[in-house]
Parts: sequence; C-alpha cells; structure tokens
Amino acid sequence: MLTILKKIALTGIRSEPAPSVDDAEGVARLHASILRTLGRALAIRQVDAGSCNGCELEIHALGNPYYNIEGLGIRFVASPRHADLLLVTGPVSRHMVTALRRTYDATPEPRLVVAAGDCGCNGGIFGEGYATVGRVANVVPVDVEVPGCPPTPAALLAGILSAVKHAARGVAPADPRA
Amino acid sequence: MRLASLGLTPARLASNLPGVRAEATASQLLLAGRAAADDGARLLGLWASDGRDRGRGLCVHVLLIGTEGLVLLEHALPADGRFPSLAALFPAAGRMERAAYDLAGAASDQDDRRGWLRHAAWPASWFPLRRDATSDAPAAPAEPASEDYAFVRVEGDGVHEIPVGPVHAGIIEPGHFRFQVVGEKVLRLEERLGYVHKGIEKRFEAFAVTDGGRLAGRVSGDSTVAYATAYARAAETAAGTPVPPRAQWLRALALERERIANHLGDLGALGNDGGFAFGLAQFSRLREDVLRANLAAFGHRLAMDFVVPGGVARDLDAQQLAALALQSQALAGEVATLRDIYDEHAGLQDRFRDCGRVEPALARRLGLAGLAGRASGQAFDLRCDFPEAPYDELQVRKAAREEGDVAARAAVRFDEVLEALRLVRAIADRLPPTDLTGSVRVPLAALPPHRPGVGVVEGWRGAVTVALEAGPGGSIRRCHPQDVSWANWPVLEHAVIGNIVPDFPLINKSFNLTYSGHDL
Repeated sequence: MLTILKKIALTGIRSEPAPSVDDAEGVARLHASILRTLGRALAIRQVDAGSCNGCELEIHALGNPYYNIEGLGIRFVASPRHADLLLVTGPVSRHMVTALRRTYDATPEPRLVVAAGDCGCNGGIFGEGYATVGRVANVVPVDVEVPGCPPTPAALLAGILSAVKHAARGVAPADPRA
Repeated sequence: MRLASLGLTPARLASNLPGVRAEATASQLLLAGRAAADDGARLLGLWASDGRDRGRGLCVHVLLIGTEGLVLLEHALPADGRFPSLAALFPAAGRMERAAYDLAGAASDQDDRRGWLRHAAWPASWFPLRRDATSDAPAAPAEPASEDYAFVRVEGDGVHEIPVGPVHAGIIEPGHFRFQVVGEKVLRLEERLGYVHKGIEKRFEAFAVTDGGRLAGRVSGDSTVAYATAYARAAETAAGTPVPPRAQWLRALALERERIANHLGDLGALGNDGGFAFGLAQFSRLREDVLRANLAAFGHRLAMDFVVPGGVARDLDAQQLAALALQSQALAGEVATLRDIYDEHAGLQDRFRDCGRVEPALARRLGLAGLAGRASGQAFDLRCDFPEAPYDELQVRKAAREEGDVAARAAVRFDEVLEALRLVRAIADRLPPTDLTGSVRVPLAALPPHRPGVGVVEGWRGAVTVALEAGPGGSIRRCHPQDVSWANWPVLEHAVIGNIVPDFPLINKSFNLTYSGHDL
C-alpha cells in the first residue's frame, strides 16, 4: 500500500488544459454549455462500426491522466440508453449497419453523433465496396466529423466539445434514411 | 519436413524467412500436412485465390512454419472440386477454410458449412475474390437481413444463454459472443466474428504494389508497424530489392516501440479489469509518453506509414535517437516499480492466477501462438528462432511461461516490455550509419508477376504474415494478410470454460486479439 501511495505522490497530477474550440470560448463556458444543453455531465457511447482499431486506441487515450476526459465532466458509458452522444468510427461495414442503426435508435434525444477518423468522415482508405458503406453519415445523422488517421486525442476532444456547442445552437443534421 | 519423399518438388520461396514452396495434389496436401504436424510444425495461414483466368482453377495456399522455416503448399482445385480439410491436423484451419469459401468459393470437405466472414450483407453465391467479381456486390441490400447463425447450444437443467455484442460495453471492436452458462459458470463460449469485414483483400487489388503498404498498415491499427513491415518484406523479397541496413534497424526500432506501447496499454487495462484503477492510470500515462515520443521520432503517434516498401519514410537524427534511449531507461525503472506493485497486490493476483488457464498440452494441440502461446509453454518467437537483421545481432531474450493463466500472460508482457526497452536502447546505440547515398529508402524493383512473396514479422501479439502476388505492370493480384489472432481466437473459447462470466473481460483482455485484423 505504501509503495502505491508513494508512486501516486511521486507521479503528481499530469492533466493538461483541454483544447479550446475557438478563441472566444474557454473550457468553463463549455462546461456551462454542456450543463445548459443536457443539464448534467456528457455521456458518450463509443461505437466501432468497422474501424481498423487505430481510432479506438486514441479514444482510449482520452481517459489517460494527460487528457483526463472525466475531469471535464465527460464519461464513456456502457449502453446507448445512457448516452447523449455517439462517438462512431468507420468505415461502416455492411455487417455493422444494422447494429449501428439500432444503437442510434436506442439513444435518447437530444442525441449527438460525432464521426471520428478519416474513414468515419469519408470512408478513408477503405472507401465504399461490397463490404463497406463508407462514411458514418451514410447510415445515421452526423453532427460533427473529426478527420485524422487516427485523429489525435486533442482533436477528438475538440470534436466532442464542438458537437455540444452545435447542439446548443439547435442545429440538427439530416437523417440519411429520411 | 520430408517434402521430397512425398513426391513434391520444392522451390525456393521468396520470403524474409528461409522457406520453400511446392505444388501439391489433394493427397499430397494431406500427407504433407500430417508430416508437418508430426514434426511439430505450425499453421501460419490458409487462403484461397482464383487462378481460373490462368488455367489453374481455384487455388488453396497453406503456409506452415517448422524448425527449418516456411513451407508454402499450393493446391489447385479441380473444377467444382473440394480440397481436403486440414482442421483435424491444425484446428485453426477450420475457420480459415470457411473464410476461403466465403471470399473465393474454394470449399473444403469439412463438416462445418456455416459462413464465417460472410454474414448476410452480400449473396452467398457471389465471391468477392474471384477474378470475375466486380468490386460492387450485386444488389447489396440497404439494410442487410439479419442472418440465422446456428450456434451450438448446451441443453440441460438451469442452462441459459447470454448473447453479447456485436456492440460491446467498452471502447472495443465489435464481435458477438454466445455464452452457455449455469449460474455464473461458463459451460461453453462460441464466437461469431466478421462484423468489421471491410473487404481489405479485395481493396488491395486497387493498389499498386508500391502503394499497398498504406493499406497493409491499416489492417489492424494496433499493429500498423508489424503489418507494414510484413508487407514490405513480402514485396522486397519477391522483387529482390535489398533494404538499406539502417532502414532495417529503424524498422525494428519502430516495431519494438509498438510492442512497448501495446504491452503498456494492456498491462494498464488488465489492472483495471482486475479492479485496480491505479494500474490503468499509471500505465496509460506511460503509454502516452511513448506515443508522444513516437510523434517526435516517426512523425506519427502510432508510427503509421513510417515503414514503406524499400525502407522507411524518414531518418532519425542522433538527437532523436538519444531521446528514445533516454526515455527507455526512464520507462524501465517505472515499469519495474509497477511490476512489484502488481506482483504484491493480493487482490489483483487473486483475479489473475488460475484465471483463463490454457495448459501447455492443450495450447500445443490447438496451435496457440504468439504472446499467449509463450505464456502456455509454446516458446516461439521469430526474433529468436529466425532472427533477421538487426535481431541477429541483438540476442533477444525469449519470454516463456508454463502456467497459461492471466497471470502468465501479464508476466510475459512485463518480460517483453522490459526486453523491448533494452532493444530500443541497443538499437539507438548501434544503429549503422547511412550508406554513401545517405538514403534510408531505395526504389522497389519491379515484381515478377505471379511469383509470391511472403513477409512474416513478430508483432507484439505474435506472427503477422503477408503473402503478396503481383500482377502485370506493378499491380497487386492477390494480397493476403494473416494475423496470429486466427490461431488464438478459437483457443479463447477453451480458456473460458469453467470460469465465471465476470472473469471473461479479464481473460479476453489478457489475449487482446484483433477483430479488424481477423475480419479483414
């Protein structure tokens, strides 16, 4: 136990300030806008709809002490029914289309969708083919796209925060099924 | 292996490992498979290709590895014929054969006729890897029908079924697990994979050989260096292009950094799944340190696209190398401290020990390989068994355990991360200078069409294999990547038998197999 406490003390606090979404708005105001929009912390359900798992590695990194996403009042949850935001990686494989749509339908409104990675934004290197339908927006409405292969944790965080701003302005993306 | 006594005429195989290739009839395939299994050889891969436009019919390729190196057996099927199943000799072959049918329509004579990589997204009568298949599946449905997969059920009083996935509760890749349980005890687990099938092998056909490394580096993002290197070695050995020595060393540097980053991530996740959040916080911090240093050294946090056919994309200067060596030294100290904490944590060890055990005898019979294999007495590591430059000068110490439980798989990771940190220091210290041209990348010579090249690399999870066949004009005719996960996914089903359901995430994480690299 003593070695654990010693290691914690020696490690110290490594968290870094969150990236600003634009110059005018700081983290404190983003917190306020999360609270205004949702009335509580932001809950994210991550859905891998066909990624190479590179994006998942960087999404995982958001939880490490440097990015400390929970410290910003954002947490990953185990069910879409508990989620405000779906963080979806692609390209969407045909075998995941049904699962992704059902996950989206199970998420209570107001719901946000962030498509992460080049593949989620435009199909990426895999494109569209017999096994993939390409970008996430081909399957469910997407509020914000975060490019990158994979996007860095900082870019992912900025994308998540800007989706919340997006929602605060009341802009709803079109449903590809409509 | 006694290939000549079976009437086979072996020819040299273009590969970074010693190896031969031989054409085999159906009976020779079975006899050679049996001889190989008797000799203790292991199955690295099995795939099919379409040679009908060249008058050869559908072709099945079987890649084995024994003490002398690789053996690639190529069997051309008779029209409408089946090939003999190797699943009785190498259990992992069962799923590979089902995939060979799903993708190329080459059927084995095994009893299990269920689809494996094909669910319901494209018609069963259409085979994407046939030469006459255009890249679009015929009339793909907007919302694919859900398929009716025949899971094997356990009957009896109090037995019930738990379906899990494809969307899992964490930040994980998708797949379906079907548990048959009594109370909390797992009687049987059956995996259903293929959800992230992206048609990668078909996609390769749209790339030039010189450019295919980018796609290979995205087969499984966590092993991007291993895949890009295996692809590059396949292309280089087929083309006969020698790689600058400094580039070989830099590739090994990136590969060891990839091993370190993944092992650190897994050790943290194992602590977390064992209820020890301190471990996740500490190891995820160290992993981030590694990725940030990667960005400075390789221009990418995961070193994607650093390895290219012919060499590496950029050189590292003395200052960058010194920084990596310094970081390795600091990390070695931190990992040693954390290892002591893990080893002395009674609660954690209680979760780790005897959990998800695969005995060495079972591991050998099922063909458990790579990191998980080394935790169950299957002490194979390409860096030691067939050392290619620079490993031939670095004397890699092989990690090996016999216990086969979660604790052993954690211990192998600890041993290997410390060894990889030593290797990074050694490579940074002894890296050969650039040659007179000052280049770490040479142009790839033209690949002779229809002459396969095979690259095999010891990735952090185990062997990563890429078999490459060029077509005319520098095009890719067939590229088949095979991950060690093909060998290990079936063994996971055995590892959980008799364990309790809540231990499954811990056992699964201790294997940490790739979905994307398997589903292709």
